[in-house]
Amino acid sequence: MAARQAKRRCLAALIGQHDFNHLMQHTAPGENRTAGWMGIRRGHRARPLEWLVEKFIFLVSLSAILMIFLIFVFVGREALPIVFGRMNSSLVRKVIPPENLDQLTPRELRDYLELTEAQLGAMDRDTRKLLMELKVETAKDIPKDKDAAINTTSWRYLVFPYQWSDYERPVSIWQPISQIPKYNIAPLIIGSIKTTIIALLFSVPMAIGAAIFVSQLAPARVKEIVKPSVELLAGIPSVVLGFFALIVMASFLQSVGGYESRLNSFVAGIALGLAIIPVVFSIAEDALTSVPRSYTQAALALGSSRWQAAWHIVLPAALPGIFAAIVLGFGRAIGETMIVLMASGNASIVSWNGFDSTRTITATIAAEVMEAVVGGPHYRMLFMIGSLLFLVTFVSNLFGELFIHRLKSRLEGKAG
Amino acid sequence: MTESIVRKIPVASEVSERISPTVGTVLPIISTQDLSLYYGATQALKKIAFQINERVVTAFIGPSGCGKSTLLRCFNRMNDLIDNVRIEGVVEIAGQDINGKQVDVIELRKRVGMVFQRSNPFPKSIHENIAYALRLHGLTNKDALSEAVEKSLRQAALWDEVKDRLHASALGLSGGQQQRLCIARAIAIQPDIILMDEPASALDPLATSRIEELILDLKREFTIVIVTHNMQQAARVSDFTAFFYLGELIEYDSTRKIFTNPANRQTEDYVTGRFG
Repeated sequence: MAARQAKRRCLAALIGQHDFNHLMQHTAPGENRTAGWMGIRRGHRARPLEWLVEKFIFLVSLSAILMIFLIFVFVGREALPIVFGRMNSSLVRKVIPPENLDQLTPRELRDYLELTEAQLGAMDRDTRKLLMELKVETAKDIPKDKDAAINTTSWRYLVFPYQWSDYERPVSIWQPISQIPKYNIAPLIIGSIKTTIIALLFSVPMAIGAAIFVSQLAPARVKEIVKPSVELLAGIPSVVLGFFALIVMASFLQSVGGYESRLNSFVAGIALGLAIIPVVFSIAEDALTSVPRSYTQAALALGSSRWQAAWHIVLPAALPGIFAAIVLGFGRAIGETMIVLMASGNASIVSWNGFDSTRTITATIAAEVMEAVVGGPHYRMLFMIGSLLFLVTFVSNLFGELFIHRLKSRLEGKAG
Repeated sequence: MTESIVRKIPVASEVSERISPTVGTVLPIISTQDLSLYYGATQALKKIAFQINERVVTAFIGPSGCGKSTLLRCFNRMNDLIDNVRIEGVVEIAGQDINGKQVDVIELRKRVGMVFQRSNPFPKSIHENIAYALRLHGLTNKDALSEAVEKSLRQAALWDEVKDRLHASALGLSGGQQQRLCIARAIAIQPDIILMDEPASALDPLATSRIEELILDLKREFTIVIVTHNMQQAARVSDFTAFFYLGELIEYDSTRKIFTNPANRQTEDYVTGRFG
């Protein structure tokens, strides 16, 4: 008995419970063993609410990942026929005389009339025949052009320039609404890249400069004003920014620069830059602020000026975060639609000149998706360039992440 | 209380043979007159008036919040970095008022180096940590840089441990090594005075004893002021000790006197561990 008492006291001391007896008083004799130590066996049932909340949050985050995946699957699926070259947009087709209707298998008929099984099943024989006669009629309207036989959605015509009839040399054109639709993506890709580069060149130095100033050099009072006002820029709807670029900035920049086309990738790039400054700024500022103050103090105590400490010590230490800010800015810039739609001039020209009108992938999708026939070559092309955009941002984020990881481990002294 | 704070400087004859290398030539290098410091409305230092001698180790002891670190930071004006700090009185280093309008604080900090409580090497290579300090002060020649880096690492008794990995990140070093690197960095630019703010408080006993050996080594060349919470450390490394309490300088004398026969009751209570 005495030994048991001692053991209890020992246990009590272990769990920090000085008066173990008082715990026992509340327990009926039979339940003795569930009190005290036995309680640790209850697992998650001990805190059911926390367990529930935890699981709920897990589900929410899982569904976010699933959502992204589903969006990609949907967009990608619509583009697949083009990616694998299964789409045929050539206007010249084999014509089957309507009299031969009975000799066709249902499968052949379906492919010929471009219908689904259900659609075909709902039709009676006369309707089928009518459709076949319509085919013959349409074939008569096909232009007498050698290009009419070309499947313009095959990769050769999507990527490389081609000398169409009436053209003097091979060209890359995006011209989906024309007798012979042309879907060369080169002008759109060049337009997107050109505008994004201009936007980044304009905004990244400004945003990072402002971030260094606000986080390292500015007195507290100035910081209190500058930081929220830069971040307020993020609150401007991009359509308003685009409108401003279209009406005010375009005229002003043209009168200063004296170039020919009023709306061009330069104007769009600057407006786009305004949109991404707050994004880059606030992430870069966070990264700079989270560099330990002790680095700055060490540098100052060695006799460096505030600027030297910020530039030589804090900036390199914050480089992973700053790079993340730039990657995010890039993603925002290449994906932004409204501003480029309004301010870029929307001419799909193959030109690296920043003062030429241009057209980006995003603006093309936004402008044309409403008029494209669902399931048609144009529709599929738009989904194709959409997936391309998705892929570009995904890959850039991935490589950005890897690079940031390497930078970080180098800073922390893990890798040479 | 106030008048009793203005104390005579202990002169060499009163001090034991502990100050051996410079006995007879001790000169005051830092002196303060009626130095008061306010954080907003709170007074952190109350009319401090004393002098610190050249090429000796002076320890500041006292309970937390007594102002000893604040006073230390007055000597290289690191308090400038804190908002709402107001300083009254005079701090003179080598006869010059360092709070004067014409003083270039960057020049001051080149002459008054500092080692912090938590080791704070830059996230760069070991070599680059020291080279950065040297480059700040105009040394750009590569060979000269390597030479100076080696010299200061040797001086900080770190060379043998790191000579094979000079270009590895300094953050891969152990805590004690990092702190010695910080000391190497501070002495690389040849300051006159080195301020140490509890340099060994985050280190294990072995690393601490290495830092202490280093301090005893360095005092041949530098004036060292060290803030410490560790009474034994103050007794082991310092020649003079100043005891602070609630922003006031209570007693300042040779270390032997402070630890064996303090004049003040509060000092005695503190060094014997009865409070603080």
